[in-house]
Amino acid sequence: MKRVVQILLIFICFLLQCTLFQSIAFAGIVPNLMVIVTSIYGFVEGRSDGMIAGFISGLLMDIFYADFLGINMLIFLYIGYVNGVANRVFYPDDIKFPILFISLSDLAYLFLTYFFGFLLRARFDIGYYFLHVILPEAAYTIVVATIVYIPLQRIIYRLKTFERESD
Amino acid sequence: MARIKLKRRKFTIPSQYLLLLLTAVSILLMILSFTTDVIPALFNNIAGYTVVPFKAGLTEISTYVNTRADDFREVQEVLSENAALKAQVDELTQQNDKLTEERFELIDLRELFELDAEYEEYDKIGARVIGKDPGNWYSVFVIDKGEEDGIKEGMNVISGAGLVGIVTKTGAHWAQVRSIIDDDSNVSGRMLNTSDNLIVYGSLESIGNGTIEFGQLRDPDDEVDVGDKIVTSNISDRYLPGIAIGYITSIKKDPNNLTKSGMLTPLVDFEHLDVVLVITEMKEDNGL
Repeated sequence: MKRVVQILLIFICFLLQCTLFQSIAFAGIVPNLMVIVTSIYGFVEGRSDGMIAGFISGLLMDIFYADFLGINMLIFLYIGYVNGVANRVFYPDDIKFPILFISLSDLAYLFLTYFFGFLLRARFDIGYYFLHVILPEAAYTIVVATIVYIPLQRIIYRLKTFERESD
Repeated sequence: MARIKLKRRKFTIPSQYLLLLLTAVSILLMILSFTTDVIPALFNNIAGYTVVPFKAGLTEISTYVNTRADDFREVQEVLSENAALKAQVDELTQQNDKLTEERFELIDLRELFELDAEYEEYDKIGARVIGKDPGNWYSVFVIDKGEEDGIKEGMNVISGAGLVGIVTKTGAHWAQVRSIIDDDSNVSGRMLNTSDNLIVYGSLESIGNGTIEFGQLRDPDDEVDVGDKIVTSNISDRYLPGIAIGYITSIKKDPNNLTKSGMLTPLVDFEHLDVVLVITEMKEDNGL
């Protein structure tokens, strides 16, 4: 039951990311909801659930928008895991740590994508990519994360306690 | 007490092992999708049937919201334009009659000389754009027609104005299109006026200015100039010949003094792509 809800939630986030989020693009830059939801799953539920959330997010992105399967799956898998480690210092009402972790995760994702997708194809101008893609996306993602963090975290947390009571 | 707890505990895999397991699965999938077509095709179909219907719906909603916002702004402009246009209509009706007459004459003449208006004769399928790349690195989008609608990998995608891109992946009822402004895209092009060949490179660095890079143009007599039109080349192995790409906005000599490179403005507005046409004829089919 928990898994079904988890898959459903990530599914919804992916759909929003590819449709509605594209229309709130600011100067062509879209915030990354997939990183946000994967990270939050990591904080609230721990390593295993963070990993699975990342795995599903990466899989969806790979199927529809990548040339081959696997690369986003791997990156998001590790984002979920690392955020799951932060589960130990997680307090539901504290927003500073989660936001810090979300922005670090997004930066990690962006740098890895630059490395595998661009640097390996001899696009060396990292300064340009940093200023025009990496920095704006990270900043926009932080803004969106501060807005959606509380509701998303509440949903996941509520589901978790609900599950425990019904056990 | 301890025993009861033990009984109630569910079986779970320790997270370190799960990490290793999922990492292995990812790498395995990566290898499989490089070497075979079976696994990716399977995933494409499963995901297609579950995700695409929702995506189409959501895209409709966001298009609706955008259109409403635009409508509001445009109403004022439209009202003032309307009066001016009414006057033009009368004038144009007259002209139109004359042109229709001439058009029939043209059709007859074409048949007479067996001129082949190739560009008009390609079979096309219309498709809606239902989703865009989730990240900010690539310019890839998904359309709502796939294999079962007759779309195959390698088909050219155009919009009313010119070349949009190429189909790179298909599912049952969806297909992935890589646009020509994508950083990973290369198109073999040709100058319409001088027939010189060149390469059009998509580049993330120039998307911001609304331009695409081109290069490897040999133009020893300096005949090519700003404003000249670039179309797809007939020596390309993936793109059909003669599809318009765009107009040159800047041109300069390369340091090697042999070739020229520069920027071109594409004819297609990639920011606002809603409907595209997929040409079902493929370059390979022609046996070229």
